Parts: sequence; structure tokens; C-alpha cells
Amino acid sequence: MTPFTYTRATDAAAAIRLAGDDAKYLGGGTNLVDLMRETIERPAKLIDVTGLSRSIEETGTGSLLIGGAARNTAVAEHRAVRTRYPMLSRAIVAGASAQIRNMATVAGNILQRTRCTYFYDDDGARCNKRRPGQGCDAIEGFNRNHAILGASPACVATHPSDMCVALAALDATVRLESAEGARSLALTDLHRLPEDRPDLETVLRPGELITAVELPSLPLASRSTYRKVRDRASYAFALVSVAAAIEIEGGTVKDVRLAFGGVAPKPWRAWKAEGVLRGAPATGASFRAAADAELEDATPLRDNGFKVELARRTVVAVLSDLAGERA
Amino acid sequence: MSITVNGSAISLPEDPRTSLLDLLRDHARLPGTKKGCNQGACGACTVLADRERILSCLALAVQFDGRAITTIEGLAGDGALHSLQQAFIEHDGFQCGYCTPGQILSAVGMVEEIRRGVPSHVTEDLAAESIALGRDELRERMSGNLCRCGAHNGIVEAIARTYAEAVE
Repeated sequence: MTPFTYTRATDAAAAIRLAGDDAKYLGGGTNLVDLMRETIERPAKLIDVTGLSRSIEETGTGSLLIGGAARNTAVAEHRAVRTRYPMLSRAIVAGASAQIRNMATVAGNILQRTRCTYFYDDDGARCNKRRPGQGCDAIEGFNRNHAILGASPACVATHPSDMCVALAALDATVRLESAEGARSLALTDLHRLPEDRPDLETVLRPGELITAVELPSLPLASRSTYRKVRDRASYAFALVSVAAAIEIEGGTVKDVRLAFGGVAPKPWRAWKAEGVLRGAPATGASFRAAADAELEDATPLRDNGFKVELARRTVVAVLSDLAGERA
Repeated sequence: MSITVNGSAISLPEDPRTSLLDLLRDHARLPGTKKGCNQGACGACTVLADRERILSCLALAVQFDGRAITTIEGLAGDGALHSLQQAFIEHDGFQCGYCTPGQILSAVGMVEEIRRGVPSHVTEDLAAESIALGRDELRERMSGNLCRCGAHNGIVEAIARTYAEAVE
């Protein structure tokens, strides 16, 4: 780990003032400390932002405002999340371990980096994300865990977060602050696709800080779920995961939210599938057609082709279960 | 500026790169907490920070100024054993013993979480006011602690027997 100075920020304004070229914000450290120990990240300064807002509050408009420093466990256990946005609670507790969830912050979870083993292998593997232009050893290598959607010839790594898949499905917005002022972005616009610059993972400006996440009032989310398919029953990253909410009226899909994890470089909102589903009969055939539409442009690699069919079946299973609850 | 470890003040390290794990083992000379993987994957380094279970290998010590840490050495007092430690002995909850301190601290933290109503991946009714510590819940909640000797059945039995109020 390269040496660094450590300071603790008392509020967002202080954190932003302290930020600079070689500085990084530090939350629970569950990803950043590991990356630093592997010398993938080498900040000269760490700004501890765990003292910033961690409140979880219902606002006047009926939305839920979650401070960026809120710990993952706190979000998952909050009554409003469990009853109004259960897919988010389920997504969080599907991820990592209890110890990690106790430490990890919401903002840190959003900004965590891929676990691609070639990305981590600074000594032995070529990686365009780590060293732009170096090449990508995953594309022709062991890529069972890699992306089938949104990848590029430069990078096929996946975004590992479960929480973010639910946030993407829930139309979450992210509140940001920087020296240039405050702004809000849809979570689905925060992460970039790799294209030819996989080293640029978000649209954040230098020193820009995630201060909060806002979940809009979304009645259909009160019946939602998150299903994670993985090699082990617990404590493993997703091969494929699905976050879903569906509203059915008279046997027809009135509204739906759908997002995938484990399959793309960013939390994957399934816009195309949603378009097929709205107004369609709430049947297995519709669910399959929607999955087909979303997976139409899937680009399987040597080892991960199974993810296409796995994603299709998981979508159908999850939507069928949710629809069945309403029968 | 210091961290309280098992009731005693330990100064913050000079080098901010020092993990809480290394502070405990090397600076505080409390080697009970083990360094299994040093990357947050095994759980052997689990300690309590203000009664909440965390991984000390990923924790930078400097972040814990003013916090109270409990390690395996501090679980019971006066040379006695905590009832969970006794249960690990009685129910064959360890073989090599390396994961054991982490297992025990993790279980103590886990019980507080479930009593507080924190849901897990296997919790069926998210809206339930309280969650029973059945075997499935117990195993899921302990899944962040690996055991290469395979003492899991003894570990589950030890925890279930100690916190038996709601275990099937």
C-alpha cells in the first residue's frame, strides 16, 4: 500500500475542499482498502466521509432520501425500505457478508470497482481499465464471470453490486456535490459503459461527492423482489441477478421495473424488456418475449454463454412469481 | 486520540496504512484475532466495533478513533469463558482453531442483529416485526465466516444451543 495522509471530513463542504487530484473519498473501505493493498489504487490522500449524512428519511414528496454515508445494513433493515422498496432490502442482504454490510456505505457501494481477476492482477495480466491501451486478457481468457451486455472490445468486466441493480430498477437518483455546485443524476446515468475508455467508470467530475440517493415514491415497488443466481447459496457474486417489480391489472401488465446484475459493466436497467411488458398480458409468454428483447444483443464470450439463457429463465421465473402473488 | 480495545485505550497508529487487525495483533499485542486472508473474504478477523461485527483486516485503524473494539480476549472477564466459548468446546465447534475467534465474535454480533430485526437473504417475511433464529437463518447469517476444517455443524450447534430462545 502506498503511503497516504488521512483526514476526516465533518461535512460535505469540508470534504470537497479537501479533495484534489490524488485524493479519494473513503467510506467503509471494504473495496478501496483492498484495492489499495493490491496497489491498484494509490491515492496520496484519503478523506474519510463516514461522518457525513447517513440519515434515511421520508421526504415531503413521498420519496425516500438516503444519506451517502448510510451503512448497507442500516438501509436493508430500515422499515420504509423493507415495506415500500423490498427489492432494495433483498438486494443488499444478498450481497457480501454481514460484516461487510455493516461497514460498507451506500456511496461506496455505488462506486465499487469490478472484481475481474485480470483487473486485480497488476503484475501478470493486461487490463485496459487499469492501464489504458494495455489490452484485455479477459476477452480471450477465463471469462465465465464476465459481461454479456454492454461490453466492448476493450473491456468485458461486470459491475459487482447487488444494491445498485435494485437502485437502477427503482429509478433512484444520486445527489452530487462538487466545487462546481450541486447536481442530481439518475443512477442509470452515473456509470459509463466501457466503450474505448474502460478506465472511466463514472461521469463524476474530479472531487465530486455522492451525498445522497433518493428513491422516488413508487407504489408498485411495494411488491418487488431481487433474485440472485450464483455458484454458492451465500457469500458469492452473482452469475446473473434480477430486480423486478410489476403491477398487473385485469391480467395485463400495467407497469413494471426490471434490472439485471452480473451481466454488464453497469447495473443494467432492462428498458427494452419493460417496453415489451407494458400493456402486454401478464403471462409466461410475455415475460419470455420481454427477456428475449433485452437479451437480443447479448454478446457471449467463450465461457459465459450460459448467462444468456440463465438470465432469460431467471427473468421469467421472477416475474411469474411476482405475478402469481397477485393471482 | 485513541481506540478503546477491551476496555483499554490504545493510541492510533502513526502510519494510517495500519489495519485495525494489525493494530490489535501487533500494537495491542492481542493475537487472538487472526489474519486469514487479509482481503475481507474469510471472516477470521471479525471483531466487534461498538458491538457491531466488522472485518478488522479491511478496517483502517485510524477510522476507529473513539470507538470501542471487543476482541476474543475481551469477550469474557476474569479468566472465565463466555457461554458461547464454552458451547464451542462442548459441541465440537473447532478443529484447528484458526477461524474460531472470528466465528465467536461474529456470532455475538449476529445475535444482536437478528434481535434488532435485521433481515437476511433467507428471511421470508421482510415486514415481520421479529425474526426467529432458525437453523437456516443462523447458517446464512454466519456465511461470512469460512471454516476450512469443516467444523460448521459444531459451530451451528454451539450457537444454537447458546442462543436457544428461538432456534428450532
